[in-house]
Amino acid sequence: MAAFGATITRAGRRLLSSLPALFGVLVFTFLLMRVLPGDPAVFFASGPNAGKEEIEVIRKQMGLNKPVPEQLVLYLYDVGRGNLGRSMMTGQLVTKDLRERLPASLELTFAALLIALVSAVPLGVLAALKPGSVIDHGVRLFCALGVCVPTFVSGLLLIYVFYYLLGLAPDPTGRVDIFASLPPSRTGFLLIDFLLAGDIEGWWAAFRQLILPALSMALFVVAPLARITRASMLVSLGSDFVRTARSIGLPWWRVVVTYALRNAILPVITIAGIVFSTMLGANVLVEKVFSWPGVASYALDALLSSDYAPVQGFVLLMASVFVIVNLVVDVLYGIADPRVTIG
Amino acid sequence: MSATLRHAGWILRGNPLTGVAAAGVFLLMLVAIFGPWIVPYDPIVSNVSQALMPPSAAHIAGTDQLGRDVFSRLIVAARLDLAIAVSAVGISFALGAVIGAICGYAGGRLDRAVGRFVDVLMAFPLFVLAMAMVAALGNRVENIIIATAIINLPFYIRFARAEVNVRRNLGWVEAARACGDSHISVVLRFLLPNVMPAMAVQMSLNLGWAILNAAGLSFIGLGVKPPTPEWGIMVAEGARFISTGKWWLVAFPGLALMLAVLCFNLLGDGVRDILDPRMRT
Repeated sequence: MAAFGATITRAGRRLLSSLPALFGVLVFTFLLMRVLPGDPAVFFASGPNAGKEEIEVIRKQMGLNKPVPEQLVLYLYDVGRGNLGRSMMTGQLVTKDLRERLPASLELTFAALLIALVSAVPLGVLAALKPGSVIDHGVRLFCALGVCVPTFVSGLLLIYVFYYLLGLAPDPTGRVDIFASLPPSRTGFLLIDFLLAGDIEGWWAAFRQLILPALSMALFVVAPLARITRASMLVSLGSDFVRTARSIGLPWWRVVVTYALRNAILPVITIAGIVFSTMLGANVLVEKVFSWPGVASYALDALLSSDYAPVQGFVLLMASVFVIVNLVVDVLYGIADPRVTIG
Repeated sequence: MSATLRHAGWILRGNPLTGVAAAGVFLLMLVAIFGPWIVPYDPIVSNVSQALMPPSAAHIAGTDQLGRDVFSRLIVAARLDLAIAVSAVGISFALGAVIGAICGYAGGRLDRAVGRFVDVLMAFPLFVLAMAMVAALGNRVENIIIATAIINLPFYIRFARAEVNVRRNLGWVEAARACGDSHISVVLRFLLPNVMPAMAVQMSLNLGWAILNAAGLSFIGLGVKPPTPEWGIMVAEGARFISTGKWWLVAFPGLALMLAVLCFNLLGDGVRDILDPRMRT
């Protein structure tokens, strides 16, 4: 219980110390968006030959006629009340748009992280068990190649192989077939919603849509995860407690899993946290290739049409996710290694 | 110097891949410099009668939707892709080293302020920040360079700051100060040269990432405009034809990106082994 309390305290301190950075992100994005070329009021007027008065009305409506510092204060006030403004592109509240699209991005990122972890950790452990062996060199080669292939290229090549050549994958557009019926939305995660609705056929269809984009994202991040697992396992396997465990005749899998891996997992958690937040931002490339209706592609569309509010909302969302992921990593640290909380 | 060379030779014998990677980077440089003069076809002029031809003896990497030779476009694109990556990394290296060194040496309020700024930059999703900056500054190649340089900057600042900070109170720094050297001179003539090797390693490891970043930006339609040949935009143009089986439009630019990044990464690893003093013993 004391250890748990210490973890919470540490996480809380982390949260407080990240608030200034979050605030900085807010202000920085606001200013950056004000530099964007093109007048959004003109963009959202009825057409290129819209009258001066009409543009002026939209300007007033968007609050663009006030001085920038005043706009900033108003914006911060709105954010404080949980109002991120309205997207001119979709006509909806940004919070609503983001809430609708965030599950798509999260589902994709979680799936990719899961695939990456499930393949990277065993690969790293195998490589560390026999350093210098064929497996070790194979894993290192795979890692070296994996970080060199951009996700948008591997995604497209996967489409070519599994959709065009083999016909195994469905049409690479979106999360479900356009004609398929959606399950009642409970979590927003389609795989979970289909399960809750007991629709196995629908679940399978959604799974088939998800697997290629998740795989192309996973390919890119297997390398850092496998590399850190290998390095960390090498240290842990060479330590005294592993030698002791071996010498008293414990079965090898217990030595490797309970003793070595448990002690080697901390750096892997750190890297997994970094990888998760990076993937969520860099999602935009994969979302573009697979027409995935996530937050990143939403922000890109908004950015290209100088629609401020969604971009600001998106960046704030991403920065908050960064903070939350760091907190989760902190808590996982405490669970994985009780010594952390004492120090 | 000869000790370094001997050490480099020893590294190369132990890790022949570094030699291969160095040769690859050298070849890439040659292609980037002489590319436009050695290509078999014009990379811009379209020839619609030859559109979307699969690889053949005449067009070893096939032709695109406008009948342009993909191989020629790949070769010509090398210059632009390399120029973007090298200048972006160069800018963040130069700025990051100076800012980081000053902060690490001076400490105090300036150090804390810059540290906060770096924290804010790092709290951004970096690729998104680059996207927003290119959109804000204008959709031009120079701005891809600036955006890539800025998202790399925090890493160099932190690195240089940490490296200078551990050395600022060492004997030889105190000796230099006691001899009457000014602060600027201590930073520029004593501290920075000491930090350089580690920074150079960082830089060569960073180049591959910069190439991928720039290609990603042009893939989503920022920075480079068609018909300019560039690897990222070539993949983007080929993406429209992948579901109908025109694989060569994506596979060859993808291969070019992969090989370039691979060579830089392997060379970076090798340079680290040669320059890192801890490996030299």
